[in-house]
Amino acid sequence: MREYNKLIFELSRPGRRAYSLPENDVQEVRIEELIPAEYLNDDELNLPEVSEVDIVRHYTNLANKNFGVDTGFYPLGSCTMKYNPKVNEDMANLDGFKNIHPRQPEETVQGALKLMYELDEALCEISGMDKVTLQPAAGAHGELTGLTLIRAYHEDRGDTKRTKIIVPDSAHGTNPASAMMAGFDVIEIKSTEEGLVDLESLKAALSDEVAGLMLTNPNTLGLFEKEIKEIADLVHEAGGLLYYDGANANAILGQVRPGDMGFDVMHFNLHKTFSTPHGGGGPGSGPVAVKKILIDFLPTPVIGKDGQRYYLNYDIPKTVGRMKDFYGHFGIMVRAYAYILSMGSDGLNKVSEMAVLNANYLAHRLKDHYSLPDDAIYKHEFVMAGLKSELSEITTLDVAKRLLDYGYHPPTVYFPLIVHEAMMTEPTESESKETLDEFADVLIEIAQEAKEKPENLKEAPHDTPVRRLDETLAARKPVLKYEG
Amino acid sequence: MYPYIPNTQEDEKRMLEAIGANSIDDLFSDIPENIRLKRELNLNSSMSETEVSKDMIKLSQENKSINELTCFLGAGAYDHYIPSIVGHIISKSEFYTSYTPYQPEVSQGTLQYVFEYQTLMCNLTGMDVSNASLYDGGTAIAEAAFMASNITRRDQIVISKTVNPQAREVLKTYGHLQGLEIVEIKDEDGVTNLDELRNNVTDKTAAVIVQSPNFFGIIEDLKSIEEIAHSQKKTLFVTSVDPISLGILRAPGSLGADVVVGEGQSLGIPLSFGGPYLGFIAVNKRHMRKLPGRIVGQTLDKDDKRSYVLTLQAREQHIRREKATSNICSNQGINTLAAAVYLTTLGKKGLREVALQATQKAHYAFKEITKSGKYKPLFDKPFFKEFVVTSDVPVDDINKKLIDERILGGYSLERFYPQYKNAILYAVTEKRTKGEIDKLSSVLEGIK
Repeated sequence: MREYNKLIFELSRPGRRAYSLPENDVQEVRIEELIPAEYLNDDELNLPEVSEVDIVRHYTNLANKNFGVDTGFYPLGSCTMKYNPKVNEDMANLDGFKNIHPRQPEETVQGALKLMYELDEALCEISGMDKVTLQPAAGAHGELTGLTLIRAYHEDRGDTKRTKIIVPDSAHGTNPASAMMAGFDVIEIKSTEEGLVDLESLKAALSDEVAGLMLTNPNTLGLFEKEIKEIADLVHEAGGLLYYDGANANAILGQVRPGDMGFDVMHFNLHKTFSTPHGGGGPGSGPVAVKKILIDFLPTPVIGKDGQRYYLNYDIPKTVGRMKDFYGHFGIMVRAYAYILSMGSDGLNKVSEMAVLNANYLAHRLKDHYSLPDDAIYKHEFVMAGLKSELSEITTLDVAKRLLDYGYHPPTVYFPLIVHEAMMTEPTESESKETLDEFADVLIEIAQEAKEKPENLKEAPHDTPVRRLDETLAARKPVLKYEG
Repeated sequence: MYPYIPNTQEDEKRMLEAIGANSIDDLFSDIPENIRLKRELNLNSSMSETEVSKDMIKLSQENKSINELTCFLGAGAYDHYIPSIVGHIISKSEFYTSYTPYQPEVSQGTLQYVFEYQTLMCNLTGMDVSNASLYDGGTAIAEAAFMASNITRRDQIVISKTVNPQAREVLKTYGHLQGLEIVEIKDEDGVTNLDELRNNVTDKTAAVIVQSPNFFGIIEDLKSIEEIAHSQKKTLFVTSVDPISLGILRAPGSLGADVVVGEGQSLGIPLSFGGPYLGFIAVNKRHMRKLPGRIVGQTLDKDDKRSYVLTLQAREQHIRREKATSNICSNQGINTLAAAVYLTTLGKKGLREVALQATQKAHYAFKEITKSGKYKPLFDKPFFKEFVVTSDVPVDDINKKLIDERILGGYSLERFYPQYKNAILYAVTEKRTKGEIDKLSSVLEGIK
């Protein structure tokens, strides 16, 4: 079955069909009488003709060649590949949520607005912030929204020379990309040997041209920035604001809040921390939470409440405008809302405890075989610098590819950039001790194999639907669509 | 115990012992005491599945769905038919519980459907290269503007006021960040004023952006607009398009478009109160290395087997960081699968049939509603599935009465076009029946 290798276009046969539409029951007028012929296409559409069975089998066969959280352990660092509860899917598919139009009169969508208002409040409580915009479509879009707010804040004060954003060298790639997109120049600061923000580098970078600092805490090494208060004070004293990248928030639920650490604005990834599915690359949802000083700049609309009535509030005096169509990824919000209800305050607390315990336990199991610093306390994830015994020919890529043969999705590899041969590993709370033990046993076996049969790793994977791909060929001679 | 957290107390104990920690608290000892939260979060306590379902079903029933109301509302989001198989296929958890296909050997399912999606979008729009999606129609216009500015090294964007006002708001917000000058071209009789467009396209113009069918449902004269846009050598011609309309209308690629963008919600994606939808962007081959977002390409594996992989990644944030063409990472993923399944299901004949029926039914509704003279056409131009009428009655009053009759009325233009008092934009898809349209026009006729 895994040998299936057809494109849907190759199944097409003239005359087949998979759709059924009712007969047109209004008086039929020749289309040329309704729309001038010059606007009409005269060719047949270049789309396939297949039967419903063809389509179902085709995509079922493709699904068989895919690996998801439901398939097995997926410790992709900084992506928080936790289990996606099924009840969340059921809730998002309720008729009253799935089939409502975004421009319906507000009195016909009070349930939806209430859900959004309550999600806003819950995220404020979890983050220690004051108000949320649910508009951002994903984490990077949240970053762009947050930076847009920071920019508006400075512009409003007439402080227009603040054109720079500081980003640590351990940051997610989206941070510097978002800063550039928001019209800032990026100052990258070096981390300490341990992998934390270097206060001296930070001080040296700060000036009256700095609009803010973007920080992930715990950072991409899974380490908590202990000096966060000092960092926040330094940035604030220099007139800048602090942005919290919420990609790693799974470690802190109910433990510590970005608002209490001194951050002014942040995003959550509902598709990481709040269990909504990653969908093969999306859609995510990246709500942005702000402190009071930024509320007046939020994109419109935000969700308001007047007595018992919920409404879309467009009355934000200094709004930056609009970051996307409509109100955000409502379908994703429904899932996150279901998750927060299911877990409650006690459950969310437990999520972080178990995410952190799992990361520390797994790191402990691996530290004799893979390169890890001694005695670090990790939060939700940890980063191994490849194999402990430095065998020149075996790389992190080889280890990752060998893991595929054993039915595991590898960790995030070659990121963060500051760690050589990095394997960024995030087990999440949804895994049991047995899963972690089995995974650790396999990684240890691979470390052994690296010494005894390195060629086996170089050739890996052996047992996947396809083997290592020629990425150079793909980039050098791009074939980006089926040409027949 | 929690159903999504498998470790037992015994597991916890053994794991802590192995690590050499006394308690879970030890693992949080790196967080300074003075910032730790020393209370429970002020949220509900954990709830059972039954309780969660019960609460949320109740909440969902406080909304009136388009299965309770007959939908004549559009303005950028549409009640088109969604074949059953779309929902079934996107619910396969091998698809929806995976992430960005960083490990292609175990992600051929995702990679292949994105490749198929790219092909379908190219074939439909008449373009060479499509990416793997953007967030929505509005941000796709903003990304296209950034891309045009990047390619031409110019910072002026000329956009017609007949483009969805919401998308123009997004463009303004984004444009401010990059210091783009946004020039809006006024509408006249429901279409872009070509004289004003001609006067504003100069050697400073990075892109001319129009939408067709436009926000009023009217088909723009893309051929003439293309000539004006390309009267300046480097200026890019960007069109936003409703993909359903391409069942009958000429593809923008055949009309000289350099970039085609749009909202793909109509392609099998539920209304879901505004999202998640599907932004698409497709370009000429010569601009492919400037595209934002993910792109999937075909290649060979070690055994020379045809396979698929993320490619042209030198444009992207995880490689190029601050030099990337965009910051986009998570995109619309599973919704591209919905669109691929939709387009495959409708196919060569079905998409045309959908577009034809929507056109026929919209024109029938237009004729019925304007018959008595109480509601007058606002414009006199060829339209696709949406049209505008105006009357002496305020739109809110009309829509309230329609709701009483279980009809979801049209969109009031006044907020964005104050000059069009009492004007309503109606959308009629292939799902509407003669009976439903007749009821709408008879209820409208009876409103005083």
